[in-house]
Amino acid sequence: MAEYLVCGVDDIPEPGHRVVQCGEAEIGVFRFGGEFHAWHNSCAHRQGPVCQGRLYHRVVEPLANDGTVRMLAHDPERLHIVCPWHGYEFDVVTGQSPGDGSLKLRRVELRVQDGEIYAVL
Amino acid sequence: MNDKMFEKANELSVQQVDVYTDTRDLLAHARVNARRRGFQDWFICDVDAHHVETVHWHEIIEYIEDPVIREQALMYQKERIGAPPYGLNGDLGLRYQDVGGRIPHQSGQREKTEPGVHRDVTLTRRAMESLGVDVMVVFPTPMLFLGLHPQPEMEVWLGRAYNRWLIERILSADDRIKTMIYLPFNSPDEAVRMVEEFGDAPGVIGFCITSTRHKAVHHNDYMKLYAMIEERGKPLSFHAGYHWQDPSLATVNRFLGMHALGFAWCNIVHMTNWVLNGIPERFPKLKSIWIESGLAWVPFLMQRLDDQYLMRSSEAPHLKRLPSEYMREHCWYTTQPMETHNKKALANTLEMINAETQLLYASDWPHFDFDLPQEISDLPFLSEQAKRNILGLNAARIFGLDTTLRKSL
Repeated sequence: MAEYLVCGVDDIPEPGHRVVQCGEAEIGVFRFGGEFHAWHNSCAHRQGPVCQGRLYHRVVEPLANDGTVRMLAHDPERLHIVCPWHGYEFDVVTGQSPGDGSLKLRRVELRVQDGEIYAVL
Repeated sequence: MNDKMFEKANELSVQQVDVYTDTRDLLAHARVNARRRGFQDWFICDVDAHHVETVHWHEIIEYIEDPVIREQALMYQKERIGAPPYGLNGDLGLRYQDVGGRIPHQSGQREKTEPGVHRDVTLTRRAMESLGVDVMVVFPTPMLFLGLHPQPEMEVWLGRAYNRWLIERILSADDRIKTMIYLPFNSPDEAVRMVEEFGDAPGVIGFCITSTRHKAVHHNDYMKLYAMIEERGKPLSFHAGYHWQDPSLATVNRFLGMHALGFAWCNIVHMTNWVLNGIPERFPKLKSIWIESGLAWVPFLMQRLDDQYLMRSSEAPHLKRLPSEYMREHCWYTTQPMETHNKKALANTLEMINAETQLLYASDWPHFDFDLPQEISDLPFLSEQAKRNILGLNAARIFGLDTTLRKSL
């Protein structure tokens, strides 16, 4: 086990992320909903640089009571990181793909202490 | 905390990929993966990659043969505002491949390039270097729609200008970059002329018909063209594309649905005509390559045509064998976009198309559904020889390529 100082908690905007090298590993640290989550920068699809992608709120299509739809919307409660290689999306909190729950990013443990974020690898 | 207990992490230079990101940074993981798999020792040919020819449209129109049209094109490019590149048809604003900015390399590659080397040469080299590719075959992008142009002459003017530009400005700069030249298929005599004029140019390893068009590939008008290409021994490819204005797709409202169907549908139609009219019987040495339709359509069509043919063989009197046998022995296929999610179905597909000899790796870089060489080498059900064949040796055989390893990983 090794610990790496990533940055201060205030260095990552809400929502936002930072991608760092910790020894041999590249990781992305995400801030969303007041919490921090970290994932290996390797897409579950083709090992692309998933954490270097853009952040988007999950897209939903609200249904009216009669089963019709009118417009798309963003779900402010769900934030996705999108792999820039092929567009695979993953929930930054759970690491799961919205389309296939078996596709997951690999989590990195974090420790927050005295205003600093540490990654445990 | 004691600072001896931790190391400081280093911030990556690219925090968020965008259209300005260098190809080598974006594909850095691909290069690492290629090294880990030992691709340095594998001959890898990418049979389908792309460049965006419209970035250099101002250069290409200089090559238009007709002086009046050339003048018209030059003035249009110089003075017209708010218009797409001169002479091109297509879907204009219906190109949502980047999914709202989620896949930036599909939208644009605005990275810095060195002066003195053509931008497209530089970008192609960067892609080869990153993917671990020795030889890359490049195709245009917006011109894939040109077969639907209302003026067949425009396909001739622009197709010829593009071929000349590509040969003189891009292929001549690096012998690792190859192409199958654009044939203006809507004008059969001009397609013949194109083969005569450019067929032996350095870097030209075959001929390309863009599949998005409404022309019967079995029409008598094309027999001279096929005979000429067969005699030269270079393959003829059908490069797929999508076409949202196709009436058969009129109800499809999602880009992904249209894209998934369109890229397969055009080649399904052409292959059906190709086989049922006995083109492989008439030109047994003519090598056809079916590009960018993925692979899952092939077993579907094999089964469909075999079953129907046996009930109505009098309608296809040229055939001496099952349609699937022609598709397996006379046709080659590029891998991308390979349908990989169901490994059992994929294994069956590769067996049905005799992948060991008929399948050719293609990346389709820089498009959103590009494939890496590792997708072939990681398949658990192929022998190493089959993997090497698919990744490069099959291409070397049908194109007559030198298999000297040229890359540096």
